[in-house]
This record gives sequence, structure tokens and C-alpha cells, in this order.
Amino acid sequence: MGRKAKFDETKKVKKGPGRKAKKQPDPVFKKGLIDDDKEEKKLSHRQKQRAARRAKKRKEIIEKKKALKEAKKNVVKQQEKTIDESDEISGDENTKGFTDDNKEWLTLKQKGKKAVKEPKSDSDDETEEGSEDMSDEGEEQEQDQDSDNVSDDNEDEKTDQKSGKEMYKVGKLDDLFNDTDDDQQDGEEDTDVSHKITYDSDSSEKDDDDDNEGDDDMLPIEKANIRLKKKQKLDKKLADQELQLNIAKQDVFAFPSEEELQNPTSLQDIHQRIKDVVTVLSDFSRLKEEGRSRCEYTDLLLKDLCVYYSYNEFLMEVLMQIFPVQELVEFLEASEVARPLTIRTNSLKTRRRDLAQALINRGVNLDPVGKWSKVGLVIYSSTVPIGATPEYLAGHYILQGASSFLPVMALAPQENERILDMCAAPGGKASHIAAIMKNTGSLFANDANKERTKAIVGNFHRLGVVNAVICNYDGRLFPDVIKGFDRVLLDAPCTGTGVIAKDPSVKTSKDQKDIQRCFNLQRQLLLAAIDCCNAKSSTGGYIVYSTCSILPEENEWVVNYALKRRNVKLVPAGLDFGTEGFVKYRHHRFHPSLKLTRRFYPHTHNMDGFFVAKLKKFSNVIPEPFKDEDDEEVKEGEDVQQNGDATQEEQASKTKAPVKRSAEESKVEPQNKKSKPTKPMNGAKPAKVSMVVTEESTSVSKANTQEINVQNKKKNRKNKNKKNAGGQKSENIEISKQQSINVSGGQDKVVAKTEENAHQPKVSNSDKIDSSNKSSNTLENKSPGKNKKKNKKKNKQGLKNTETDVVKKNEGKITEKIEIMAAKKLKNKKKKKQVGQLNSKNKNVDIKTSNTLNKFKKNKNKKT
Amino acid sequence: MKVLSEERTRALFEKLTKYIGVNVKLLIDRPDGTYCFREKKDRVYYISERLLQLAQTVKPDHLISAGTCFGKFTKTNKFRLHITALTYIAPYAPYKIWVKPSAEQQFLYGNHVIKSGLGRITENTPKHQGVVINTMSDIPIGFGVTARSTTECRHADPLATIAFHQADIGEYIRSEDTLV
Repeated sequence: MGRKAKFDETKKVKKGPGRKAKKQPDPVFKKGLIDDDKEEKKLSHRQKQRAARRAKKRKEIIEKKKALKEAKKNVVKQQEKTIDESDEISGDENTKGFTDDNKEWLTLKQKGKKAVKEPKSDSDDETEEGSEDMSDEGEEQEQDQDSDNVSDDNEDEKTDQKSGKEMYKVGKLDDLFNDTDDDQQDGEEDTDVSHKITYDSDSSEKDDDDDNEGDDDMLPIEKANIRLKKKQKLDKKLADQELQLNIAKQDVFAFPSEEELQNPTSLQDIHQRIKDVVTVLSDFSRLKEEGRSRCEYTDLLLKDLCVYYSYNEFLMEVLMQIFPVQELVEFLEASEVARPLTIRTNSLKTRRRDLAQALINRGVNLDPVGKWSKVGLVIYSSTVPIGATPEYLAGHYILQGASSFLPVMALAPQENERILDMCAAPGGKASHIAAIMKNTGSLFANDANKERTKAIVGNFHRLGVVNAVICNYDGRLFPDVIKGFDRVLLDAPCTGTGVIAKDPSVKTSKDQKDIQRCFNLQRQLLLAAIDCCNAKSSTGGYIVYSTCSILPEENEWVVNYALKRRNVKLVPAGLDFGTEGFVKYRHHRFHPSLKLTRRFYPHTHNMDGFFVAKLKKFSNVIPEPFKDEDDEEVKEGEDVQQNGDATQEEQASKTKAPVKRSAEESKVEPQNKKSKPTKPMNGAKPAKVSMVVTEESTSVSKANTQEINVQNKKKNRKNKNKKNAGGQKSENIEISKQQSINVSGGQDKVVAKTEENAHQPKVSNSDKIDSSNKSSNTLENKSPGKNKKKNKKKNKQGLKNTETDVVKKNEGKITEKIEIMAAKKLKNKKKKKQVGQLNSKNKNVDIKTSNTLNKFKKNKNKKT
Repeated sequence: MKVLSEERTRALFEKLTKYIGVNVKLLIDRPDGTYCFREKKDRVYYISERLLQLAQTVKPDHLISAGTCFGKFTKTNKFRLHITALTYIAPYAPYKIWVKPSAEQQFLYGNHVIKSGLGRITENTPKHQGVVINTMSDIPIGFGVTARSTTECRHADPLATIAFHQADIGEYIRSEDTLV
């Protein structure tokens, strides 16, 4: 245990009262030993003189160098001319420069010597700076101690030793000039050097002569030394210039040629190219290469990024649309690195301070996650597995990403509320909700995956959540199970583009289809979540939608979709950080309130990429579904099945409140307008649907004939309905007919049934049979074939509808007699119509329908 | 979610009494609402009436869990207490054992508590009594049955078993799938 030496005497440390301080003072060093660089020494007279001379010389050298540079160029040209004239001169001149320009000269007679010489001068170049300074210093020091005469010799030695081998040999040359050298090369070199010296002294270039004249009191060896240094300096300067030139060239990024692009290069090169392209793109007008468009650069960047970060091109393209290039690179870099491990204190069982203390005692290095959270801790390092400490097992904390706190904070659950977490597994957020509610109220934790619900069970029991019901439903069907929640959290399944660090497979596995599949599901889930929420709740009525994706398709667009279809509005999420959601994205123009949503990025917030939107439901009424550009786009895409799913659900929801719906429908005029252009599709529909239409037309009797002609005019329709209003009976008959078709359709025609059943409530409840049917047809039967598939998949839906079927079957039985009567009547009427205005096509259909009707009736009778 | 049969109710309460004695009635008479035991697929859940009503809207096939799972009935109709019941048992248990930090890990891996790992034990703990095992920092980490009474412990061999392992919180990791 030595005492730390105080090398700096200016800082004196107080001597303490301790024993040791008295006994052993700080070590003191002699002045000479402590570094003497700091102090300026007084110079002797001679030294001053020398210093002055040296300074003067330096100035001259600098001036001469400039002149030399120009002279050199001329010399090079001259040399080319004088090659043939004399070897000696050329060789002499060659010794001047030792630059690459002189390469041609090395082929000449004296090449051998020069070839030896040149590399040596290069090596000197390398050590040049150091040696120069050193030698200067050396000189000074020596001069302090010795007289001038002595110093000369010493100086020679010193400088020789320090400034390299060649110098040393030069020194040798003087002393041992007549000695025979064993080594032939040495000899050659020596002669070369001497030659050089002689040349220098004789040289036509004035600078050297001047030097010689000025330094009369110097030994020849000294002079040679100085000359050599000068040369080295010059070389270095030239090299520097060349380097500068190269850099200047590199500044302007050269667009790689096709070959360069095709040939695989190293990752470093690509990284460099990415950097370059980013800089070019940041100041495009100035840095771009002539004749290159921005597109070319971005394409190049795209490809390079894909290679360097191993993304597929699609995802990279999408990301490029979200971020500006500079930010994109940051994002990609951040996505490579895992976020810090965070844990959430379970406030049901412990406090953060206690937990932190307990974990620190176990050798965990941690910190609070930030001011915004009172339960989060960041783990920097740990000597124990953080997911298996007794504290963890006792449920004092749960491993949870910092970003996962956000949706729950946005949800802001209150005590004694009823809350739903629609996609809860593995229960991190749901248990957070329970903790905030302090185990009061009730919490429904749902997840579609049964395996994953086990994780919820485990976590809830471990964390001591006792107010929860864990269930396993498809979230889209949840409104059928239970409604009226005060708050709903929907952390929707997503592509996971925000958590690439966690799951790098996202980089390559996602394409347009996946995204489409995701956002279709998300839309349906969000609508379901909104339906589950109770707008009339005194404390709540809030829905929080979150994803761990950063794609606007899965975030803003989904929320925008819900804004249009449900009575919800966006409210501030209650998170004071994060960037605002997009209002504009590519060609999309979202609702302006979407800037109330919050986005989180790995590169800016150091947490997983995340999106949080908080919605407030202001009315439980489900507005009339309508078509807009959103739907169109989905239709265009390949994944229409999902869309069919959505319409199915809408249908299902319609059956629940048929009265309201039909009434609204009749009110909404734009609906009818919209349906008009799609009319041709009705004609193209399969027979079943058209059958329904024709049935209607027959049932409406006389008025019908007119009606077919003027179907499109609402006024007429109204008139017709007025007429029909009296004859409720006939309507009933017609409905029962439809039912009979449905019932007798057989099991294999469940598809048709569901389709028609979806319309039925409307038909039975609305006076305007035609209008409602048409609108519903146009709305929902655009892709009947696809619906079929869907229906097959969704047996449940079908089953439900068959249930309603059974109920209506009874009605059918009752009205059976009337039916038969009516059928007969209708036949008669049809005959009349045939005489009248109906065209032949309609006739045929009518006849067909009557035939089928009869068939169905027979079947029905058999059944009954 | 069905009401437990008479026989099963008895089996359940007998088991609970082993651990928390007369405090069983505290589980039933609670100031914050009525709680009840319900059975689903042989698992017994302890759940408040209010939550039960809500849970009944969920179809049995889709209901995974509601409230707190206390344990399950074996095929031979014996009741086995699960670690998930620790939330309710730990605060009410009259007899406890504290284990030393060095023995914590052993117990969490499913081993019995041996004398050398025994930190503390409540006075007058009888033999074959259900006890809750705590760490020295009073975190309940499981429960078991004493192999020796408190007095016997004093003179026991360092490697002698003091309490038989029954359930520990390590099961949350070891057997998450079979927990409920």
C-alpha cells in the first residue's frame, strides 16, 4: 500500500491527523526528474544565435518549397527531354524528388543504386516527423552540456542514430571513406550518397546552394542531413497533397457502375456506400453526380440497406416511406441492438424501492426506467438469472418491455371498473391493469391462442391477480360473449416491425400479404373492441389500441377505419412523450385528430417500436356501414377473404338490431345512390339471389309491373310501398316462401341460407322490400363466391343462422297453407303479367321460380 | 363452473384446515363481498360471487380460469393444493418455517427442507402440520408438511428433513403448463 506520489506539487493535499500521514510524507522527487518540458530554460548566447539561425532557415525552407514544387514540375518535363542526353544529369535530378513521377527514371542505368535508395528514403519518410523533432531536441540538450566543437561530432552521431540508417551510413562515409566495404551494395550506396551530396552542392537549384552558403559553419554531414530532411518534408507534403486530392475526390460520391453493383463487395464497402449515399441524399442538389436522378440513389440505397441489414426489399421500401433516409439508418441500427431489459414492479405485492433493494442485494445493477413510470426498472447487468430469482417467482415483478407500460398507462384503469384485455397473452399488460385497479373490479383477459392462455394463468397466479377471468375466444367474436366494458385494451397482433431486435425473422418474412392480413384482422378486432365498450359508462368508455408495429397501415389506418365506422373519437393518450401519429402517409389522408396518437421508435425513445391510440366511445349506436376508399383498396388486394369475414360480421351485427338498421337504411339516401352503379352486378349474381328478387316482384302483384320499369325512382317506390302497406299479408307470404327455400335447401346449401338469412330480418321488418334488398344485395353480395368460402370456414356463423332458421321454420309451417294459395294466385298473376309489360327474361325466371317453389314445398312436406 | 359436491367440499376444507386452521372461515366470510369455491374440470377456483356471475357468461369451453385456482381433485378424489393457492394461504397460516438464503434455491427446485437450511420455525409446531415456507426476508416461497415438531428440530441431525416439500413457487417455471 504505497502512497500515491504527488507529481504535481502545486496541488498540495492537506496532511491529515492520521498516524500514517505523520510518519510517511509524500514522496518528493528532484526537480530534474519531474518532467522538465514545462519549464522554459534559459538559453546561452550561442544557443540563441543558433536558434535564430534555425528559425531563419526554416522560413527559407518554406519559401523554397513553394518554389521547388513549381520547379519540380518543370524539371520533370525537362527530364523527359533530356533522358537521352545524359544519364548522370537525369540521375541527379532523380535524387531530388523521389516521387512517383520519376518512376520512368528507375529503368535507367543507375537504377540499381536508386532502387536501393528510394525505399530507404521512404522508410525515412515514415519516421521522419518523430526523428526530426527528436533530433532537434537532441541538439538542444547537447548544446546545454557541451561546447560547440564537441557538440558537432556528438550531434552527428545523435542525428544519425535517430534519423535513420541511411544517415548513419552517411556519417560512416566521412570517417571510413577509404575502408573497403564487404557489402557491395553498401559501397554502391555510399557512392550514391556521396554522389548525391556532390550533386547537391553542385546543383543548379539555388535553394540548396543558398543553404550551403548560409551554413558555412556546418559540417558537410550536417548539411547533408538538413538537405535530406528537407527532401523528406517535401515528399511528405506531396504525399499529403495527394491524399487531400483523393479525399476531395471521395467527397463527391461516385455512383458505382453496373459491374460494381453486380460483383459482390465486402460489407464494409456497402456500409461506406450507404453512408455516402445518405450524405448525398441529404444535400442532393449539391452533391449529386451529374445526370443521376434521386431515384437512382434511393434505389441503390435500398439495395445496399437490404444487403447490409438483411431485410427483404418490400419491408425496406415500406420503411423508407416512413422515415427520411438519415432516420432510417438510425432506425435500422437501433433495430439491430436489443433494448435494455426492463422489469415492472408488481404493486400488488411489493414496492419498487423494496424490490430494487432486494435485487441489488442479489447483485443486480438496475435503475428506474424513467420519470414517466413509477413501477419500471431497467436492468443493466445481473449476476443471477433475472427471470428466476425468488423475487420473480414470488411475483414481485415481471419482465416486461418499457413500451408495454404505455398502453396501460394510456388506458388509465380506475378501481372497480370492468376492463377487457382482448389479446392478453402472456398477461403482462393485463396484470399491470389489475395492479393499477388493486385487484378490484373485474378484468377479462382474453386470447385467441389456447396455449398462450396458460402463460396468462401462470403469470396472474404468480402476480396474485385474483379479479380476473381468463378466456379463450377469437377477439372478433367477443362482443357476442359479453359487452359493456368500461375500458378495453386491444394490443393487436401485428407484424412486429417495431420489435425487430427481438425477432429478426420479421426482416425477411413479411410481405404485402402479411401486412394486409394483419391490418384486416386488426380492423375487425378494433371494431369488436369498440363494440365491447360501453359508451354510457360513468368512468370509462375508453378503448386503447396499440401495436408493436410501426407501419401506418397497421396503426393510423386501422384507427382511421374505426373512426369512420363507429361512434368513437380520438382523445389524448395521456403520454407526454413519443412522436405524434401520422396524419398524412403516402396517398392516405387520415383524420386530423390522428395526431393525438403516439408513436415510439427504438432509435429515439430507446424502447421497442410502438403505437398507442386512445379512443373514446361517445355512442353505443353502431352507425350504418358504408363503403369507402379503404374498403376498395382491400378489395383490390389479394386478401379479400378477410374482408368477406368483415362483412359477415357486419351482417351478424345487423341481425341483432334489425329494426333500427332498416329504419336507418331507408333514411340514408346516399346508400341507395351508391348502390346504383353496382346494379349490373345484381344481374350477374347467381340464380338464388335473383330468385329472391323475382319472388318479391311477383308478390307485389300489379304494382310490380310498373315498379320493375321504374325501379330506380324512389318516389315510385314509396308509392308502391304505400299501396303495399295495407297488404301486410302478402309480404308475409313472400317471406315465408323465402324461408321455405332456405329450409328445403338442404345442408349443402348452408351458404345460401346464411346469405339470405342475413337479409331476412331486413325484409321482414322493412316496408320497402325492394330498396332494402337491393341495397343489402349490393352491399353484401359483391363477392358471393368468396362469402361462401368464408361461410364454410365459419361454421359457427352458419350454425347461428340455422338456429334462427329453425325459429322461422315454425312461422313457415303456419303460413304454409296461405303459401300454397298465394302460389296459385301468383301463377295466375304471372300469366297476366306475361300479357303485360314483363319481358321474356323475367317470365322465364318467374316460371323457374314457381317450379322451384313447388319443388321446395314438396320437399318440405316430406320433411314435415 | 359448478358447485362442489358435499364430499369434495369436505375434502377441500379438511386440506385447507391443515394449513390455515380455523382461519378457513376467513376465506368464506369476507368483508369485501362473498367468495365461493367452484369446480371446473376437477380444478377448484376461489372466486367472488360478483366475478363468478360475469364468468358465467363465458362458455365453459372457452373459460380457462377465473379467480384463483386452489388446487385439484385427483382421480382418487383427494384434494391436492396447488402453489397458486399460496396467495391466500400464506397470510393466514399459523405455522411457518423460514429457510436460510443458502437453502432457498434448494427448496425452489423441489427439495425438502433439511435441518441445515432451517432458519427459523414457529414455536410449538406439531409434527405433520401443514406449514408455509418463507425466506428469511418473509417472502412465502411454498408450503409443505413438517417432518418433525419444533422440539425435535432442536436435536435433529443437520441433514435430517424438517419439512416435506409439497409445493413451491419454482413450479411457476417448472410446470407452467400443468399448473391449471
